[in-house]
Amino acid sequence: MTSISKNMFINAVFLGIFTIAGTAIVAFTFEKTEQRIVDNKRDYKLRKLHELIPPDMHDNDLNTDTKIVRDALLARDADMTVYRARKNNKPVAAIIECIAPDGYSGKIRLLVAVNLDGSLAGVRVTEHLETPGLGDAIEANKSDWINIFEDKSLDKPEPRNWRVRRDGGEFDQITSATITSRAVVKVTYNVLEYFKVNQKSLFN
Amino acid sequence: MSAYKDIINNGLWKNNPATVQLLGLCPLLAVSSTVVNALGLGIATMLVLVVSNATVSLIRKYVRDEIRIPVFVVVIAVAVTIIKILMQAFFYDLYLIIGLFVALITTNCVIIARAEAFASKNNVFQSSLDGFFMGLGFTVVLVILGAFRELIGFGTLFQQMNLLFGEGAHWLQITVFENYDGFLLTILPPGAFIGLGLIIALKNVIDNRLKQKVSDGLPQTAT
Repeated sequence: MTSISKNMFINAVFLGIFTIAGTAIVAFTFEKTEQRIVDNKRDYKLRKLHELIPPDMHDNDLNTDTKIVRDALLARDADMTVYRARKNNKPVAAIIECIAPDGYSGKIRLLVAVNLDGSLAGVRVTEHLETPGLGDAIEANKSDWINIFEDKSLDKPEPRNWRVRRDGGEFDQITSATITSRAVVKVTYNVLEYFKVNQKSLFN
Repeated sequence: MSAYKDIINNGLWKNNPATVQLLGLCPLLAVSSTVVNALGLGIATMLVLVVSNATVSLIRKYVRDEIRIPVFVVVIAVAVTIIKILMQAFFYDLYLIIGLFVALITTNCVIIARAEAFASKNNVFQSSLDGFFMGLGFTVVLVILGAFRELIGFGTLFQQMNLLFGEGAHWLQITVFENYDGFLLTILPPGAFIGLGLIIALKNVIDNRLKQKVSDGLPQTAT
């Protein structure tokens, strides 16, 4: 072997050894923590769901009792998950995933919880790109604006008042984030309509 | 003994990664919107620096010069990946906020700069110490910037410390200005640049003062 190819060979072997050792360490760490990370993700999701439907309202596993639906009222061309809460095998409420397409900077993903009687149990934003400090007031841990939907339903307020105040409706908009507020109000109303029509099939 | 003093002084002040070397600005500016985010990323960076510096120093005699950079990159990538996995396992809520930037630590030039400039030439203990104090210097600037932005942007200090220290830490939050409307500019990226600029300016002012004092005290040796 010439000295260049010999050098190359030795270097490649060294680099290979370091890479294998590094990969082995990462793989070992991953293996040891994998279950914990899966648990964390599940717990986190369940905690988010329990903010909407408290644990004492249902006795089934929200994480597994789900249904995949597709409807233009919930999201444009995307499958949405519905989490179904039951107690003693009787439907109690549904947490419906939806996307507001018309946020200030793109889509806003939400979870909307609807009680069996068609009233809202709560709304939570799960993903958004709204302006920090303004539009992000839709997050429950940034402001309590999102609680304005509690106990509201299709006829409370009546449909023509299901708008932000700026548009002549009943819901306060977030200061300097009217577009964001408008998008959330609109999609929440749509989910209620969806629930009214599909209530029966949702729990089957 | 003065070698250690130099290491500490370099990391915290004279050669501070954030205000003098100006390395790692991407995470520095992106994550410094509150104290808790700043502290979380700072500690993660510090851990990566210590681990990578120590490892690089340990293997420095076995790594041939030609392939040392790729090997350093492997070491750093492994350290970052492990810290990311551990964060997912033990600080999941914090991970949800700064997780994206933890992955970016890989590209933080401070880390490879220290591996190349210091750890590849010094023993394990000194290298770990250098990693620790460089990381601490970075963290301190990050936290000061975070405090500045949080205070002016939200009117609070130490909000959401529970993400780092568990549910018992809610009481740490200090609401400095009641009914504060917030000041958007400092939360957005320009606020980070302005804040960092102010910190660097302040450091330079202090440095100049110190220099002046020294030359005032010893006029005959000043050249």
